Amino acid sequence: MTAQAAVHRTGSAAFVRTAPAPALAPPALSVGWLGWLRANLFSTPFNAVLTVLTVLLLAWTVPPAVRFLLIDAVWSGADREACLVSAQHPHVGACWAFVRDRLAYFTYGSYPISGRWRVDVFFVMMGFGTAWLLWLDAPRRDLGAFYFFVVLPVTSFFLLYGLPPLGLPTVDTSRWGGILVTVVVASVGIVVSLPLGILLALGRRSRMPAVKFLSVGFIEIVRGVPLITVLFMASVMLPLFVPPAWSPDNLIRALVGVALFSSAYMAEVVRAGLQAIPKGQWEASAALGLGYWQTLRFVVLPQALRVTIPNILNSYVALFKDTTLVFFVGIFDFLKTIEVARADPKWATPVTSATGYAFAALVYFACCYSMSRYADGVERRLAVADRR
Amino acid sequence: MGRGREGSLAIGPLLRDQRVRSVLVQIIFCLLAAAAIAFLVHEASINLARRHLATGFGFWNVTAGFDISQTLIDYSSSTSTYGRAFWVGLLNTLLVAAIGIVLTTLLGFTIGIARLSSNWLVARLANGYVQLIRNIPLLLQLLFWYNAVLKALPDFRDSLRLPGGGFLNNRGLFLPAPQLGGSGHLVFLALLAGVAGAAGLAALARRGRLSGGAAAGLGLALVLGLPATVYLASGASVTLVYPEMSRFNLRGGIEILPEFVALVLGLVIYTAAFIAEVVRAGISSVPRGQTEAALALGLSRAATLRLVIVPQAMRVIIPPLTNQYLNLTKNSSLAVAIGYPDLVQIFTGTVLNQTSQPVEIVAITMAVYLTISLVTSFLMNQYNARMALVER
Repeated sequence: MTAQAAVHRTGSAAFVRTAPAPALAPPALSVGWLGWLRANLFSTPFNAVLTVLTVLLLAWTVPPAVRFLLIDAVWSGADREACLVSAQHPHVGACWAFVRDRLAYFTYGSYPISGRWRVDVFFVMMGFGTAWLLWLDAPRRDLGAFYFFVVLPVTSFFLLYGLPPLGLPTVDTSRWGGILVTVVVASVGIVVSLPLGILLALGRRSRMPAVKFLSVGFIEIVRGVPLITVLFMASVMLPLFVPPAWSPDNLIRALVGVALFSSAYMAEVVRAGLQAIPKGQWEASAALGLGYWQTLRFVVLPQALRVTIPNILNSYVALFKDTTLVFFVGIFDFLKTIEVARADPKWATPVTSATGYAFAALVYFACCYSMSRYADGVERRLAVADRR
Repeated sequence: MGRGREGSLAIGPLLRDQRVRSVLVQIIFCLLAAAAIAFLVHEASINLARRHLATGFGFWNVTAGFDISQTLIDYSSSTSTYGRAFWVGLLNTLLVAAIGIVLTTLLGFTIGIARLSSNWLVARLANGYVQLIRNIPLLLQLLFWYNAVLKALPDFRDSLRLPGGGFLNNRGLFLPAPQLGGSGHLVFLALLAGVAGAAGLAALARRGRLSGGAAAGLGLALVLGLPATVYLASGASVTLVYPEMSRFNLRGGIEILPEFVALVLGLVIYTAAFIAEVVRAGISSVPRGQTEAALALGLSRAATLRLVIVPQAMRVIIPPLTNQYLNLTKNSSLAVAIGYPDLVQIFTGTVLNQTSQPVEIVAITMAVYLTISLVTSFLMNQYNARMALVER
């Protein structure tokens, strides 16, 4: 203090700073986009090489893909002529005109044109039920579950298959096809596999040897073989094992195969959830005088299913992808309609196959990716709830 | 009246006894299961008799009479039996599985590690790969590779020339074939001896008689050096036969069916996306503190990775990785969509159509896959028991 005062008094040129100097700007290479580049792309020589290689890879793959799918694509036309290389079109990309032309076939298969409103109504009902269940803050979700698991399957059956007394003519399942069949197979798998999977998982953890043995045997056998053999079994063996009068039609056989297969996988998912429930929960509810089924209903299942919701949703994604295998037992699901349409001489061009597959990939990706993102979201939400 | 109450007094508590109820439930359960099975068998016998379908495994020794496009063992349509066709199909399935597993492990580990890279672009690209591939059905990918890529390749006159003397066209992949001349079989024997020696060293190292590093070095020297020495000593006797363009086809070398290429490509790319997730989860499961502690002890980055992170990550990675290998093997049954002659295509396809014995044939096919799964999970459990954390 005194020294400072002395300097002031004498008026010398000596200067003592009274406030901190302003901060210098950080080195240009460590902030802003340059800094970001250095930190994230060129932090070491190895990373720099990787970055260059990756950029080259992207430059090699992305522009041709964009050119094929968008820039050179043919958006309208009546038949294959539009998608052939000609003087006006030296480069022909994806033939979206083909997809536009066959969109109705991809959606409904050979469902009679006059009855397609029934499929549309089914899609709307389905979308409504799905939204009700998936929107976590929706009102009365218990009612939603009842609607989805009970009301929807029954009404959809009569709506799609027919109910002559109400003026809905019967439509044989051999005429169903496209996205309709994919949605039907996937939703039957979803609706059946959860309850059946829960029963199997409980059977596997049961203390009764006979029940346990049968459950374990079923689960391990089904999980040990490819879905395609289960479908073959359902398709060629089921008719042999029931009286001819009940012989189920082709679609039902495939549905049985898919449902059994997915319930074995669901059983393992549910078992993981059951194992997460501490033994004390069972003991506590037994001490309160609850029986086995009451304990399950009020104590164990609400907790077990809650922690395993993300896994259940992920196995639904797998199920949705697996529906494509009904292809092998003569069902015209979405992928099969693409296969049929791309071989149709009316649209056969060098780019038709690639276009058809690109469209199918887009549809499957949109469905599966949104489902798995939703599962991630639920998982994060559960994690927040657990942190408290 | 009184007698009735006495009876209910005796049975009531008995029914409330947990053990009695458990036995009763099981008896009912078994009876129901037995009744269901008896019903199915009864119906099946009636149906089979009505349709005049043969039963039993007599067809096994009947001449097959159809051609198979890829055979690893001798097979001819005029003399070989259905049993022989079964083995051809099984070997083709195992071939796809073995090659697919090796390639998908390489690709999957690369992508899984890339997802954790500090390089933003690489991590994003790897993530994009995983999301894209995982969310598109495998069957669609196989059809795409086969119909839209391999079948759309130029024909053999305009074959794509691969580096190293291979060709790729719509008839498949043509690669140079190693030809063993003169004493070539000695080189092969030397390779076998080298592998056996390396296995012996590994056993020694496990018992602590040899340091792991020395065993690895010596083993590598044996596996590579022994055949190389024999090769040089016996005078270059292994030559590569290059495929050559002839008038109507490519001759010489190894011809790989386009169906095989498409199937392996599709399976490898699809499974690698799942393996990448397994690897990422495994590496992320090792707490950061482990790395920090190893570095604090003065271990180098490489030693940290080799001695601390990888052993702990592998413990988490191996079980789901085996699952993915099994999935790949089971998924190879989708070969039937593109006509690759695997077990399902030959046996559940052609043989079933010709013999009309669905019960036996589907049962045999399922038994094969089941055996593969059970053997793998048995080995897996052995491995797990050895790797499991030993706690106090």
